[in-house]
Amino acid sequence: MTSAAIDRISPELPSELARGRGGGGPAPKRIVVAYGFWIFILGDIVMFSALFAAYAVLSGSTAGGPTGAELFNLRSAFIETMCLLLSSYTCGLGILSAERRKAARFLIFAALTFVLGAAFLFIEVTEFARLVEKGAGPSRSGFLSAFFTLVGTHGIHVASGLIALVYLVAQVITRGLRPAVLRRLLCWSLFWHALDIVWVGVFTLVYLWPS
Amino acid sequence: MTDSFEPVFDRTPGVEEHGPTVSYLSYSVGLGLAILATITSFVVSQTDLLWPPGIPVGLIVLAFAQIGVHLVFFLHLGSGPDSTNNILALAFGVLIVFLVISGSVWIISNLNSNMMPMPQ
Repeated sequence: MTSAAIDRISPELPSELARGRGGGGPAPKRIVVAYGFWIFILGDIVMFSALFAAYAVLSGSTAGGPTGAELFNLRSAFIETMCLLLSSYTCGLGILSAERRKAARFLIFAALTFVLGAAFLFIEVTEFARLVEKGAGPSRSGFLSAFFTLVGTHGIHVASGLIALVYLVAQVITRGLRPAVLRRLLCWSLFWHALDIVWVGVFTLVYLWPS
Repeated sequence: MTDSFEPVFDRTPGVEEHGPTVSYLSYSVGLGLAILATITSFVVSQTDLLWPPGIPVGLIVLAFAQIGVHLVFFLHLGSGPDSTNNILALAFGVLIVFLVISGSVWIISNLNSNMMPMPQ
């Protein structure tokens, strides 16, 4: 046996150190599954980058119509931001409770996450309706097309996240917190946190950027 | 001798050998920092706290700081071996995002400044 082989399989080598580098045995399923989902999330973020680029390019093209500074309500943007941030927090606490097999506490945090996400979506849809009513719909100018596409795509992601959360809570209730369900919850939490990261870009570029 | 090798070889991808590795504290610290960054962003954009021409740079710095807080405290990307592959993938994603956004802005602003003046 060569010394290199002895090094690799030596029981003194903490398997923690070897992860992700091929030594010490394969990584646990939780890590592998989360990595695959992470690749999907990065793909999603690259798609968002195209929408951000479109908005950055078109934000001045108002075609004589209203500009962002005239249209946007910063107070509701701030409330939306806080709703999404707090729902990210409760989502994280929910995953911790699920990992500790505390189903009741998980369900409370999942309900809070859902309510905060739904509040975010409600404010956003109300804002969209207000803009369309004012005649500032997506067909008014290039700026508004880009705005509705970027913010609307994020909103659709939040809506599908809420539907997925209901589906996962149903799984937790019917099947319990078994490992496969836990892994799905972990992936869902990655998705939800990633949506919050995209929102940081949205409120910086769309709502706060000086015109 | 061979017995002591067993634990290393017996691990398979299906094994769930750990309990939770992160604490409630990590999320609370992350939430506090993220709220701080958010409020600072909103204040900076609405006041003259920063030198006005420097506001875009300030907003970009705050946004990157907040994204960093989210990655570390909410998504638990760290320097540990479990995160190595995720960070490499993230670095590639950041490269693509940077190329798409900055390239688009650069090309279109160049195009705009070379447009013929529109007849009024």
